[in-house]
Amino acid sequence: MFGWFTAVLVGVIALWLFAIKRSPGKASAAHLRKVQKRWIIWGGLALPVSTITVVLAFGLPLGQRMLPQSSPEGGELRIEVTAHQWWWEVNYPDSGISLRNELHIPAGRPVNLHLTSADVIHSFWVPRLGGKLDAIPGHTNILRLHADEAGTYRGQCAEFCGRDHAHMGFTVTAHEPSDYQQWVGQEVSDE
Amino acid sequence: MSEYAQAQNRERQQRLERVWGNLPGWGALAAVNHTTVGLRFIATGLMFFLVGGLLAMLIRTQLALPGQDIIESGLYNQLFTMHGTVMMFLFAIPVLEGLAMYLIPKMIGTRDLVFPRLSALGYFCYVFGGLIVLSSLVLEVAPDAGWFMYTPLSSATYSPGPGSDFWLLGITFVEISAISAGIELVVSILRTRAPGMSLNKMPIFCWYILAMALMIVFGFPPLILGSVLLELERAAGFVFFETAGGGDPLLWQHLFWLFGHPEVYIIFLPAAGIVSTLIPVFARHPLVGYRWIVLSIITMGFISFGLWVHHMFTVGIPHLAQAFFSVASMLVAIPTGIQIFSWLATLWQGKVVFHLPMLWIIGFLVVFVCGGLTGVMLALAPFNWQVHDTHFVVAHMHYVLVGGMLFPLVAGLYYWLPHVSGRMPSDSLGRWGFWLFFGGFNLTFLLMHLTGLLGMPRRIYTYEAGLGWDWLNLVSSVGGFIMAIGVAVIVVDIVLHFRFGKRAEQNPWGADTLEWAIPMPVNTFNFSSLPSVDTRHPMWHTPRLVESIAAGEHGLADVQALRRDIYGSDATTGKLQEVVHLPTNSWLPLMTASALAALCVSLLMKAYLLAAVFTIVALGLVLRWGWENGAHPRAAPTDHNEAGAPPLHSRTFSGPGLWGMVVGLMADGTFYASLMFGWFYLWTAAPEWTVPAHDSVTLLPMILSGLVLTVAVIAYCHLVKGLRRGFAAHLGARLWLIAALGVGHWVLLAGQLVSAPLAPTERAHDAVLVVILLYLLLHSGLAVIFTSLQAVRARLGYTAVQLPYEPVVIQPFWLYTLGVYWVSFVAFVLLSNAWSVG
Repeated sequence: MFGWFTAVLVGVIALWLFAIKRSPGKASAAHLRKVQKRWIIWGGLALPVSTITVVLAFGLPLGQRMLPQSSPEGGELRIEVTAHQWWWEVNYPDSGISLRNELHIPAGRPVNLHLTSADVIHSFWVPRLGGKLDAIPGHTNILRLHADEAGTYRGQCAEFCGRDHAHMGFTVTAHEPSDYQQWVGQEVSDE
Repeated sequence: MSEYAQAQNRERQQRLERVWGNLPGWGALAAVNHTTVGLRFIATGLMFFLVGGLLAMLIRTQLALPGQDIIESGLYNQLFTMHGTVMMFLFAIPVLEGLAMYLIPKMIGTRDLVFPRLSALGYFCYVFGGLIVLSSLVLEVAPDAGWFMYTPLSSATYSPGPGSDFWLLGITFVEISAISAGIELVVSILRTRAPGMSLNKMPIFCWYILAMALMIVFGFPPLILGSVLLELERAAGFVFFETAGGGDPLLWQHLFWLFGHPEVYIIFLPAAGIVSTLIPVFARHPLVGYRWIVLSIITMGFISFGLWVHHMFTVGIPHLAQAFFSVASMLVAIPTGIQIFSWLATLWQGKVVFHLPMLWIIGFLVVFVCGGLTGVMLALAPFNWQVHDTHFVVAHMHYVLVGGMLFPLVAGLYYWLPHVSGRMPSDSLGRWGFWLFFGGFNLTFLLMHLTGLLGMPRRIYTYEAGLGWDWLNLVSSVGGFIMAIGVAVIVVDIVLHFRFGKRAEQNPWGADTLEWAIPMPVNTFNFSSLPSVDTRHPMWHTPRLVESIAAGEHGLADVQALRRDIYGSDATTGKLQEVVHLPTNSWLPLMTASALAALCVSLLMKAYLLAAVFTIVALGLVLRWGWENGAHPRAAPTDHNEAGAPPLHSRTFSGPGLWGMVVGLMADGTFYASLMFGWFYLWTAAPEWTVPAHDSVTLLPMILSGLVLTVAVIAYCHLVKGLRRGFAAHLGARLWLIAALGVGHWVLLAGQLVSAPLAPTERAHDAVLVVILLYLLLHSGLAVIFTSLQAVRARLGYTAVQLPYEPVVIQPFWLYTLGVYWVSFVAFVLLSNAWSVG
């Protein structure tokens, strides 16, 4: 996408500069009209229409796949995240674990985050794990998170939420499935 | 011309100057002339631009290095909120409005805009509103919830200080000015073009401005409604956006972006109009694809109202809706593409002469196309989820707005400078300014795309080191300062040129449009005689227009009865229809705007009694304003007219006033439709919506009240129909009767508001009902006042069978009042009651 768009940008600018430098020469009025129409139809209509079509053909199905759907075998992990000014409350309804500003998830398995807010609008975002979704008071939005590899990922509130918006970060730790079970066991026994 | 004839001509021009000129000294504040008001708009807007730029410099200073503490979080939030607010509301829109106000009458070959006092009112509202908003920064209580004021962050609970109130009240005040300018531009363009200038012979710039003005009329009311509702929630505790009680914070986002997205095109269209005007002049070739461009302007206007949701892709809306708004957003690329390639084709076929404005046009192309392409990317939902609310969006937005607005604006400023000053700008200093600005801009914002892709969210006042953002931010800050130096060079260039610039010859760029037929520097009456136009390029086809206009060879060459006269023409064909007599210098705009500013300040101080007093004062001033209008002897002292000239507009049935009323009602109707949208939105989408168990409003008095109103409106229409047929017996008495019926309706309705068991501070349902009842009361109340005044005027002889103008203007207002009454009855009252019973 970036490559093609850069090509369009450079192409249009080059054409403009050439058009400014070029001296028009003599041509019949009918010929001129034909040339004009060609510019508008090919450049003004065909170029954007084809670009949009291609972008949409790739983009729309991709968007569809990124949405949380219940997979046939089930088994998504459910985590409830409530945003506060300026911290994240994390609850695991299955195991009763609660955390603050950190999430632990199994790698290689889809996780559904149920996002809401206790005060103003926030937005949950882990740049390396995918898109962001707003946490809105009174609403619950479901974000599908999927970490392919174990590791620690940085996350941050992305919707401006007041004084300490800049400091509303959190971490997501993705464990290998076996480590994850171990972590759950330890947390439950700690409580 | 003989010496005698020359002396005669000079005297004639002096007579014009006396009638059209501003008052001396402080009297300049009473000026209503479009040239004066337009230039004031531009100059004030540029001042606000410098303020906004200063705020941006502070922001870039804080972000230059990680972990800095130069500016603490609270102040930083005020700074970026104010930067956005100032640039959008106090710079971009007013400057373009000012440019349009200055240019439109000159391009369509007339002497002034059609509602001159409204221009002046708009200006003062803008200045006072702007100063109120800015004062909050000085008082250190500036709004700090971001320029789009999302609730609940901006609501009383989370922003308890007065910051949000400053924003809501001040900006609404500025918007009054935008809407008044919008109405005025629409009517002027449609009704006062030079005789013979049919729509398809109109300069392309006028098409852009017509579209912009209509978009203002339809685009601003949703935000005004949103601001009114939010202010009611903050000040009086009404429930609209709070979840508890049945509101929804997302309603604010819908209302804001219903305005916010068209606004981007409101800014872009006039700037694109500048590009479409300048390119043919410098290419020495008519604009290629005039019809294509007109079509794409109209398409753009329509599409821009259908894609506000793309600002809300991350609030969790259904995928189908996202797909729809993705497609709609990308469709904008088509009309934009058509324009870009039309310009390209024009340059292709013309022989381009290169001057400073062309440099800025090329800058526009590079920056804007880049911004447009990232825009297409952003329209794609999955990409949007990643970069929404990051610095990528900040970069995109600046590419679109600075590229799509500021670059063409500067090109236009350089292009029209000689028109104002009679002098040419310097080429060398101007080039320095351009390259510094262009280089600095790209240094700041090109890399910012990457900062965003690397995950830096917007609106954070600081960031940790080591996330890969450090050097990018430093470079952006350095670029920002280079850009600021560029601005300084341009300012110096423009200031110096007024003193040292080379004298400009007539029509220095070899342009094709009528504004260059005016002597330079510009005078107060534009054309000393009003030419007819039968071509799209009058100055190319008839260069002699300069002399023939000055010699008074065309229409309305001499002053009649000390009136300011212009021609009114048919909206499509441009056929000459009437002589429109315009009001002269007046203090009323300044006084009205001052009363409104006092109202605004008393609301800010929560002094509601004082606010009520100023509301009455403002209403009184507006009525005083309307008094010397139409056929009042001060407005149109005599019937006497040039022999064979068309009739005075105050003696006709479809003067500009009627058009102004109808366009005004379009804005009003949009406000109402937004309220209805809010009602149905909350009804269906608010998570805790509740309907009271009992009837909110009693049906019988409502029906009775509506029937009385219906009778009043039928009687009014009958009266106007009679006037049209030349029949006006008992005019005054009948007007009094209609007003009395209106009062009966009003009292019944007001009784409902008082007696109904509504709890607006507990339930969003009741809060909306209160607002709708107040809305209806306001309208029928105004209709009664207007009609009573007509009755008095009928007795004084200002309204009569041969002077039917004013009752015709008021008729649509009555019809509108009736329409919204019954629609509201069904959509609000019946719906609500049916639900509570069932």
